[in-house]
Amino acid sequence: MSSQPGFLHIIDVYKAYNGKVILDNIDLQVSRGEFCTVVGPSGCGKSTLLRLIIGAEVPTAGRILLEQQSVGPPDIHRGIVFQKYSLFPHLTVLDNISLGLRLGGRPGSKEMSGKEIYEEATAMLEKIRLAEHGNKYPHELSGGMQQRVAIGQSLIMKPKILVMDEPFGALDPNTRENMQLFLVELWEQEKMTVFFVTHDLEEAAFLGTRLLVLSQYYVDDRGNGRQVNRGAKITADYQPPATVSSKAVKQTREFNELIACIRREGFDPDFLQHAEEFNLKHPDSFQTLTREESG
Amino acid sequence: MDKSPEQPTRKPPRFFGIHARPGKAFSIVLAILPFAVLLIVYLTASEIRHRENEADKLLPKISQMTAAVQHMAFEKNRRTGTYLMLNDTLASMKRLLIGTGLAAATALLLGLNIGLFPGINAALNPFITFIAMIPPLSVLPILFISFGVDEAAKIVLIFLGIFPLITRDIRLAVHKLPHEQLTKAATLGASQFQLAYRIILPQVMPRLIEAVRLSLGSAWLFLIAAEAIAASSGLGYRIFLVRRYLAMDVILPYVLWITFLGFVMDWLLRHIMRCFYPWYAANGGHK
Repeated sequence: MSSQPGFLHIIDVYKAYNGKVILDNIDLQVSRGEFCTVVGPSGCGKSTLLRLIIGAEVPTAGRILLEQQSVGPPDIHRGIVFQKYSLFPHLTVLDNISLGLRLGGRPGSKEMSGKEIYEEATAMLEKIRLAEHGNKYPHELSGGMQQRVAIGQSLIMKPKILVMDEPFGALDPNTRENMQLFLVELWEQEKMTVFFVTHDLEEAAFLGTRLLVLSQYYVDDRGNGRQVNRGAKITADYQPPATVSSKAVKQTREFNELIACIRREGFDPDFLQHAEEFNLKHPDSFQTLTREESG
Repeated sequence: MDKSPEQPTRKPPRFFGIHARPGKAFSIVLAILPFAVLLIVYLTASEIRHRENEADKLLPKISQMTAAVQHMAFEKNRRTGTYLMLNDTLASMKRLLIGTGLAAATALLLGLNIGLFPGINAALNPFITFIAMIPPLSVLPILFISFGVDEAAKIVLIFLGIFPLITRDIRLAVHKLPHEQLTKAATLGASQFQLAYRIILPQVMPRLIEAVRLSLGSAWLFLIAAEAIAASSGLGYRIFLVRRYLAMDVILPYVLWITFLGFVMDWLLRHIMRCFYPWYAANGGHK
């Protein structure tokens, strides 16, 4: 267990749609300041898990705690960046960034004057390297720039956790790589807690200080019949090599072995591990199986 | 690209087919053409009728129409001491603008709240859908009975005639906003009130302008209908008044004038849209 156990705490969480189980008894604990990436095959429920954390959906069973508090509908403590539609098209870049401060400000902080808000938004604009684009509308920016605005827009509120749903999924490979570097640098400065969902293994291994694999490809003692309504579990929990602000790490053997390993464990429908044998090496990792699951 | 002399690149056709590229100048010619044809047909028909009967009133000559306009627009009426056409225009425009303005404001508030809040949607959407199905002209007698034959009934008719459609359009526009925006706004600390009036409302404003543009035609229809039945001034009143004397030399210029007014209003709204909502067209709105 880390020094701050249970910053984000997910306990025995299930999510089912119309009786079909998507997330199956998820247990997860994330420390403050962790850059937690989640990968998994399409349709495994990565985004569902993310929506549960942000509060856009409610778990069918189980509890989700942020700093020991049960999470409710989306609020100011949790920031979000989507793949698209994170920005408000009718506001300029600067207005998008300052929106949160103008709406009501950060929780617990005193009311800011217009000048203070402007100064802070301008500082954020510089941090995301868009200083000269403040007066443009989102549609006048490239995809990568738009996502940087979306990140700045969330970060200015200093959320407890920044939740990101495939934020670079629509970008071309070059832009994507630059955005990854940008995000790592930002994370090193701010040390915010990040929960980052992606379908790109390389991205997940490069960015994360912790890498979770969510997958429906596993077995347990519930058998294999049609009647078994099995959803995805966290089937692996890694601590990737220390993140460095360089793409060179992507060429190392260690990095590539990790990716090959994840691909087999999480993405191969024919490679089925037993729920008791998941690769949950991370120190924060924990799993409670039901009697049916572990015989 | 290799261009061999045997196979020159084929130019797209100027007019025929789905690949046609009419070009700028040719497009203008094409646009003028139907107007020119109409004018020629009219002038010819008018000429033929006048040759047969010098006193023909049905298809007046251009000179007769200009004389009528001169009389109606630029000479003080002997009985009332006012310029009739100006008077009529002001009376009609006042009714039209008040009716349309009230309808737009009501529809914006209703559509926004129905679209955003499921409870209000459950309570009001079936009702608005029902109201929208009532043919407005069928309730005109009721309006005259309850509001009298003065301004109120005419304004209410315009209002009733167009607000349901605009409301439904705004509701759809709110529905179409990506759901991510609601989540995002909540994470930035927006209250529900702020969400509705600071995030959603500005985004549906351009849609409101578009809906009003499309509704202006109906608004004119209801205005003219109401004026035709009971009024003492107004463009519609005048047209139906002089109809008794077969005064086509007045009716035709009035119709052209109404058309021109409608065109100007449409143009103004389009320009407001372009100036104040530059992001709208870029995000999939109509050009």
